[in-house]
Amino acid sequence: MKRLTLAILSAALVLVSGAAIAKEWKIVRIGVEGAYPPFSSVTTSGELVGFDIDITKALCKEMQVKCSMVQQDWDGIIPALLARKYDAIIASMSITEKRKKKVAFSDKYYNTPAKFARKKGSGIEISKEGLKGKTVGVQRATTHDEFITGEFDDTATIKRYGTQDEAYLDAVAGRVDLLLADSVAMDDGFLKTDKGKDWEFVGPDYTDPKYFGIGVGIAIRKQDTDLVEMFNKAIAGIRTKGTYAKINAKYFDFDVYGD
Amino acid sequence: MDVAAIIDNLPLYFKGLGITLSLVSGALVCGMVLAIPIGLLASVRNPLIWALPKAYIYLFTGTPLLVQMYIIYYGTGQFEALRESFLWPVLKEAYWCALIAFALNTAAYTAEILRGAIEQTYYGEIEAARSVGMSKATIYRRIILPSAFRRALPAYGNEVIFMLHGSALAGIITIVDLFGAARIVNSRYFVPFESFITAGFFYLCVTFLIVWGFKLWEKRWHAHLRPRDTDAAQKVGKLPVSKPG
Repeated sequence: MKRLTLAILSAALVLVSGAAIAKEWKIVRIGVEGAYPPFSSVTTSGELVGFDIDITKALCKEMQVKCSMVQQDWDGIIPALLARKYDAIIASMSITEKRKKKVAFSDKYYNTPAKFARKKGSGIEISKEGLKGKTVGVQRATTHDEFITGEFDDTATIKRYGTQDEAYLDAVAGRVDLLLADSVAMDDGFLKTDKGKDWEFVGPDYTDPKYFGIGVGIAIRKQDTDLVEMFNKAIAGIRTKGTYAKINAKYFDFDVYGD
Repeated sequence: MDVAAIIDNLPLYFKGLGITLSLVSGALVCGMVLAIPIGLLASVRNPLIWALPKAYIYLFTGTPLLVQMYIIYYGTGQFEALRESFLWPVLKEAYWCALIAFALNTAAYTAEILRGAIEQTYYGEIEAARSVGMSKATIYRRIILPSAFRRALPAYGNEVIFMLHGSALAGIITIVDLFGAARIVNSRYFVPFESFITAGFFYLCVTFLIVWGFKLWEKRWHAHLRPRDTDAAQKVGKLPVSKPG
């Protein structure tokens, strides 16, 4: 009797694990942020738009899978992936060593430097001395948060926000002296808009891989190696077929892919 | 379980605990100062007098604390005139915005607790006070308020705990309170379970201390309501010993 149960159990186990290995990705759930223009934002009618969103749609088409998008706040975006709320994150996430400890990444799909912005006429210079006593606004749990915490924690006051948009709000309100963010996101999402008209870039481009990684990729659970492969192929696919260039041109007048 | 991440960041948690405690105690003190007059006026039986304090109570107990905090923090930053006024040095700081929101909120709840307690005053007590010729002010000072405070104490203990728990909202507007500290740890190490359960543990400890403190306070203020210490009374022979059964 015992042996029979064991046999049934192990047969069932083989079936279940066999099914898991052979699982074909027909539906892929994608975690997106929706508060990071021009890459990801929500329109007044509640629709998700942006570079990340268009890339997501293009990649899903290329992979011939159905995709559903799940909006998730940034600082819970990796835990929610690990908790299987969705299968991949396409949300301008830089590929860093620290994140690689928790998740796997696809190849990069764009790469842009980080930069500071200051209020016009404030005359703040970017140096240990220049940041003394100044308040810098960053989005929590981003590479920019890592960088400012690692390099300027001893001189500047750091204010961390849940979304980049909240940091912009406080910049306009005058609660922060400097912003540190992705140069493209900040340019299109803030400096070129009406509320950011009194602000300007200052200091060099930051690309130090120690903080900023090697570009922006798609985060996937480590065990889903097949999905990583699928995304890599799809990224290469939309690059060669020109879909990427079309999306690039829709949002930017330069090449966001980087070199 | 990533215990090392928590242990490494214990100083951050303790710093956050300090901010939480200072926010909550500050809000409770300011709230009480506001609540006593508001609660008193709301209990007066004259619509001209109770209208305004009751409107205040209704407004602040009828809207979520989070909404109130967002209006005070992000809402005020929108107006140029406010940004250039003398108020801005205060409103500029997230800490003060949170403190103002918490104080106004707890003031409304505390005032409502006080109003209820005042209205429950037994009429006989007031009649007795009048019959010995006490003035209105004296009646309030000697009779109504002391007994109202006593009755309000258990409900107020709950309000203090609610305020502590509500203070976690401060973590949302960039303040590194206990919850803010947990969010930083979570974002650095991607350990939501460990980071938030640690914050929960800290909150639990503080709640325990509050409950214990109020128990002592009630013991003191409600001494007249406690059953008499029969054992001690029996020993000195003041009460007859009754046989069980």
